[in-house]
Amino acid sequence: MEFLSDIASLINSTLRISTPLVFAAMAGIFAERSGVIDFSLEGKMLMAAFVAAVGSYYLSNPWLGLLLAIIVCVCLSMLHGFASVTHKGDQVVSCVAINILIIGLTTALAAAWFGQAGLTPTLNEDQRFLEIHLPFADALRDIPVIGILYSDILSGHYVFVYLAYLSVPLVFWIVFKTSFGLRLRAVGENPSAVDTAGINVFTMRYKALAINGVLIAFAGAHLSTAVNANFFREMSAGRGYLALAAMIFGKWHPKTALIACLLFGFTDALQIRLQGVELPAIGEIPVQLIQALPYILTVVLLAGFVGKAIAPNAIGQPYIKER
Amino acid sequence: MSNIVVDKSKVPWWVSNVIVPLVNLTLALLVSGLFVFIAGENPIEAVKLIIYGSFGYIQGFAYTLYYTTNFIFTGLAFAVAFHCRLFNIGGEGQAYIGGLGVFLVAINLSFLPVPIVWLLAIFGAFLFGAAWAYIPAYLQSKRGSHVVITTIMFNFIASSLMIFLLVDVIRDTNQMAPHTVKLPEEIWLPSFEAFSGFLGMKIRYSPLNLTFLLAIASLFFVWFLVWKTKWGYEMRAVGHNTQAAIYAGISPHKNIIIAMCISGGLAGLLGVNEILGVSHKIQAGFPAGYGFTGIAVALMGRNHPIGILPAAFLFGILYQGGSEVTFEMPNITRYMFVAVQGLIILFSGALENLFRPQIESFFVRRLNREVNA
Repeated sequence: MEFLSDIASLINSTLRISTPLVFAAMAGIFAERSGVIDFSLEGKMLMAAFVAAVGSYYLSNPWLGLLLAIIVCVCLSMLHGFASVTHKGDQVVSCVAINILIIGLTTALAAAWFGQAGLTPTLNEDQRFLEIHLPFADALRDIPVIGILYSDILSGHYVFVYLAYLSVPLVFWIVFKTSFGLRLRAVGENPSAVDTAGINVFTMRYKALAINGVLIAFAGAHLSTAVNANFFREMSAGRGYLALAAMIFGKWHPKTALIACLLFGFTDALQIRLQGVELPAIGEIPVQLIQALPYILTVVLLAGFVGKAIAPNAIGQPYIKER
Repeated sequence: MSNIVVDKSKVPWWVSNVIVPLVNLTLALLVSGLFVFIAGENPIEAVKLIIYGSFGYIQGFAYTLYYTTNFIFTGLAFAVAFHCRLFNIGGEGQAYIGGLGVFLVAINLSFLPVPIVWLLAIFGAFLFGAAWAYIPAYLQSKRGSHVVITTIMFNFIASSLMIFLLVDVIRDTNQMAPHTVKLPEEIWLPSFEAFSGFLGMKIRYSPLNLTFLLAIASLFFVWFLVWKTKWGYEMRAVGHNTQAAIYAGISPHKNIIIAMCISGGLAGLLGVNEILGVSHKIQAGFPAGYGFTGIAVALMGRNHPIGILPAAFLFGILYQGGSEVTFEMPNITRYMFVAVQGLIILFSGALENLFRPQIESFFVRRLNREVNA
């Protein structure tokens, strides 16, 4: 029985840890399917965490904090578009600029406004999202199998966890079943053909980036107003890059990207449990190796042991309209 | 969208390579001033402090040159890879591992005569940095895994690996803090104050040391390698147009590997300055963001040694003057200068074409008028 509840709590934390990755991977799918590289997921997630925490602290409402985070992240996406779509600057350079700018700016402002440690004040219960306990979760706990499934795995998550997994079929539907999605994918594969068909390539890319900004804001808000109750420096800790790797590993597809995100989440959940545990024959694994596991896994997955990843054809190239 | 068409051949070199970068830099600094204002401090006072801190006294100026040394290495590292169209943003990790190379060579071979230890330690730094860049290069070339993600991951992995080594393997067991023992004093690189003492001047401590000359030599080395050798030509060809290079019989794989290894090696040289020159031991996290700053340095210097030298110097001023600012202004932390770097990368890298057509056409028209008059 203890074994089962261990498994349940491992699955539970996998779902929670994967949440920001899922939002970020979905955000990445929109940008990259339209032909715009987005390494700036990392910076945007960090900015969203900062804005959500500060906004929620001053406005005493986490939803308003989230709204502010969405606005700021859409602005950052527009900045990326302004540099790399309108002015045809290098997309990777633009992303690196945004990431470094945000790492510096969030910590500098947190330190200037709230003291040298670079932390935002701890949010109280009214200022942050709380775990949602599904109806009858306590009553059903004792029923075998269903009890564990419903009460220990499905119930008791933050609102973002549910939203993240609901966003996957939604993104799938938008990208693969709507005419907007068709245009989006076409812009990333063959922009000049789309242009010939009378669709504005630049507008499509800006729209994709706007959706990207909205989605990534949820990831940041999850970090600072749900799982944690404040912002601290560099709290995104590479998750934006992990999500991007998951997206590439998932071949720019929502469903497979979700699986990759869950795999990352599982590794992370496992590493927290493995710390300090003596393994038979190997002994205690150094904590640093365990902490590096998600990053090593990223490199291994990207090395493509399941076949080479084929990116959208026009990715990374600014579209230049013929005169 | 600007619709100005400028005949590139008529634009004087100093307009596109000096005026436009200066305008972009000015824009970045203006926005930085706005951030300083938002943080609740006076930007003009901050500029005064930066200038005093970096030029106002000899010790401060020596610190400026010490930072410049680090930025030359990491700036060159990014630039070399960039000429092959590779974004090596793993300078941080490569410098960290390069530091391990310096230390291992220096501590194990310290019985050798001094200049030979130095040379071998420099070689060790280069080799270790290059090795750390080799794997991302190989994966990029053979497996198509994007070098930006792999090099970032290798930064995280390097950090974990070094903490592991510093805590469990090479820690100075007499100390609580995770750092190694100090290298024997005989093999430390001569510092600037020792040198000036030799000339009869008395100067207070600064971390500036002989590595500065190695940095200047690296500038020449990179210039020669990239623009004056067959390999440099091949590498730039791969970066410019991989398909054309393949038709010309140039191997992209080989060039990607070499470019990344040289890039990583240059980043590794940062360890020479930090370990053989300054702290004489490996401390946790010693690359302290210099690797990332290299990106801004290279982009501002237009990836050319002649541009990287002034760009590295400018960042030296910002770092040294910046520490003066953080000392005097409680609301400004060193992270404000990380944000400034981001802005400089944004304006001189991604948005470098923001005002380029306007500026270039302005000068072309003026010059035409002078010719016609």
